[in-house]
Amino acid sequence: MLKEIRLDGVKAVLGAGALALVTAFGTSDAMAGPDDDTLRIAWGATGPIDNLDAYFNTNRTGIWFARNVWDTLVFRNLDEGTYEPLLATGWSFPDDTTLDLTLREGVVFHNGEPFDADDVVYTLNFIADPENGVLTRGNVDWIENAERTGPYSVRVHMTRPMPQIFEILSGPIVIYPNEYYAEVGPEGMNRMPVGTGPYRVTEVQPTQRYTLERNPDYTWGSPKGEASIGTLVIREIADVQTQVAELLGGGIDFTADISADQLDQITGLPGFSGAQSETMRISYLGFDAAGRSGFEPTQNPMVREAIARAVNRKAISENLVRGDSRVVNTPCFPTQFGCDEDAAVIWDFDPEAARALLAEAGYPDGFEIEIYNYRSSSWAEAIIADLAEIGIAANLNQMGYFALRDLQHEGRTPLYLMDWGSFSINDMSAITSRFFTLGPDDFAQDEELAAWLETGDSSPDPATREEAYAKAIARITERLYWLPMFSHVRNYAFVEGLEFKGFVDEIPRFYAYSWR
Amino acid sequence: MLRYVIRRFLLALLTLITVSALAFFMTWLSGDPALAIAGDTASAEDIAAVRDHYGLDRPIVAQYFSWAGRALRGDFGVSYHFDLPVSEMLATRLPVTMTLGAASILFALALAIPLGVLAAVYNNTIIDRAALTIAVLGQAIPTFWFALMMMILFGITLRWLPISGGGSWAHYVMPTIALGYFATPVLMRLTRAGMLEALESDYIRTARAYGLPIRSILFRHALRNALIPVVALAAVQFGFMLGGSIVIETVFSLPGIGWLGYDAILRGDLPVVQAILLVVAGFYVILTFLADLLNAALDPRMRSAG
Repeated sequence: MLKEIRLDGVKAVLGAGALALVTAFGTSDAMAGPDDDTLRIAWGATGPIDNLDAYFNTNRTGIWFARNVWDTLVFRNLDEGTYEPLLATGWSFPDDTTLDLTLREGVVFHNGEPFDADDVVYTLNFIADPENGVLTRGNVDWIENAERTGPYSVRVHMTRPMPQIFEILSGPIVIYPNEYYAEVGPEGMNRMPVGTGPYRVTEVQPTQRYTLERNPDYTWGSPKGEASIGTLVIREIADVQTQVAELLGGGIDFTADISADQLDQITGLPGFSGAQSETMRISYLGFDAAGRSGFEPTQNPMVREAIARAVNRKAISENLVRGDSRVVNTPCFPTQFGCDEDAAVIWDFDPEAARALLAEAGYPDGFEIEIYNYRSSSWAEAIIADLAEIGIAANLNQMGYFALRDLQHEGRTPLYLMDWGSFSINDMSAITSRFFTLGPDDFAQDEELAAWLETGDSSPDPATREEAYAKAIARITERLYWLPMFSHVRNYAFVEGLEFKGFVDEIPRFYAYSWR
Repeated sequence: MLRYVIRRFLLALLTLITVSALAFFMTWLSGDPALAIAGDTASAEDIAAVRDHYGLDRPIVAQYFSWAGRALRGDFGVSYHFDLPVSEMLATRLPVTMTLGAASILFALALAIPLGVLAAVYNNTIIDRAALTIAVLGQAIPTFWFALMMMILFGITLRWLPISGGGSWAHYVMPTIALGYFATPVLMRLTRAGMLEALESDYIRTARAYGLPIRSILFRHALRNALIPVVALAAVQFGFMLGGSIVIETVFSLPGIGWLGYDAILRGDLPVVQAILLVVAGFYVILTFLADLLNAALDPRMRSAG
């Protein structure tokens, strides 16, 4: 493990040295994307999209792909904070578990299939059926079934009240063409996705490269707007240093996988621009308060408080994450519905108090603990250094995300630095309820807390939801099941001449980009 | 010779069966595939449903035999994550890795053999030291850093070569040099040692006494014998390159089985990992078998030794 960490460090340093060399010797002119109206994009640092069918994908980049290729029933206007008609032009709730939708006329899928109620009914019934094995069941298990009430109207029956329904209808639930999907199924959709969105897919080399072209039929007044750039060529490039080299060498025009340090160096070169945008993703330090790992110290609230006071979150946020990152005190992102910052108990950095608490807890000489991490090792190392100051010797276990998730599900992680991006859903149910409702990721196992979150997730009354979520936030932060750490920043680097816009939900809308 | 061939063949077969069992059982130790497939937000019920759907709740030995039976027919199942037949994924990616491996071993031999001969002929001179230095640098420089340096020079500054991806011969140039250079030192040192031994032998002394031209002594007599162990090692190195191209394929985004294997391991995509392990091991075993036969053909002493 130590060797792996050292190799990571060596690679980072050597990679930075390589970039510095480029900075010193300069580059040729960046390739001009506007010349052929093609934006060449690289992503894939966390692995290629496993499945282009949006309902069988777990990758962040798969979400990016989906938003540009498919449309949702509802449009979330991030600038205004409102929900607007997209494929649905109107909606109403006859009761708490019934939704009536009026659909837009005149929309066609990329394969020429006209959009109507049959597509919505087929899609919703397909994803609602557990037999079909759709991933991320939490996004779809509220659908009982859907029925056609007219050529352009649909009634959706829900299994439970769904207060955050518009977040779901404007996010992960995209509409498929019923005839095409019935014929090709998920495997065919993976090979050649078909939607109604601003870009249509023209080429798929699975896990390697996708070509998207502007949808010429996207002229029906979608709030997304028509795409400006004619062609997108997306390449899966796993190594971030290679992405940077491709950008500097003119092979690509856009990447969003780079670090803040790399962004600084790239934007110092002629012909390149960059941007940083805070995202909904937050890091948190999780404690095994319930004792699932059998490790005793983290079950002691005073020890958890000592650790919370020992960690300098502001320094990590400002110096290591950088950009627009900020310290977060809530177990959710502040813009999410129900994420009341006033309800949180705030733990200020105070090493002296931390030492006293540790002694009071019966550990005057500290103790040894295993800390688990999968993202930037420098963040975890900063925490380890802070803990060393109060006598806690933390051993870093740096591993891949999936390996760490397996360990967590087995309850073997006494202390862990993790993060969650909420699938870009602007509702607290997408994060807090995910981790504190007695599931395999729950290291609190607090039944009262789980009940509050259940109320918050299912009550149709916004005030009741807010009240329940506020209690949950107070409980989590007061008892320190988590120490919320900081918000993440997405760093974007691109060729000069690209009109770029960042969004807090960490999803690039390529259809909103243009050439200057 | 026939007995030797049969003995080697049976040994290769046994190795392959052992590897298939290891590939299957050891990948199971790396984590619960049902968790990996079900996704982040899966409930306990979801995970149980995945286990049932993929037959992951059956006894592991029963799973091995059904997997091995299907693998014999070239059916490695369907990737958990990419939802594509594994055999189809291998078929599109194996040619890339084979091309890279073959080009790299040829590059390594083209560099190592002349350097080894030079080092032996000019033993303990500055030429010997220079040849050793060139070769040893291949193992001393981290592969990914060497790859980045080439990208900067040939991709960014000179713009002679594409930086990453596949699709044309030009995409293979930098990965070939990076992978081949790493394999050069061991081949070069073996060539040098073999040449030194050959040049000290009685038959070379006799050849010199007969007044044969130096070129003939070096290349027809000494090098021919010195290359016997190099051939065997080159076969082993080729197998190593097939399995060890993970870093190079990932850095250069070359869509071969190394990159696929790296991603499959991270995701716990067992059918892909198992198939890659078996295929790479199969090549390794076959290459070693062929190298043994070649050596036996070149050197009759080995037939009785083996």
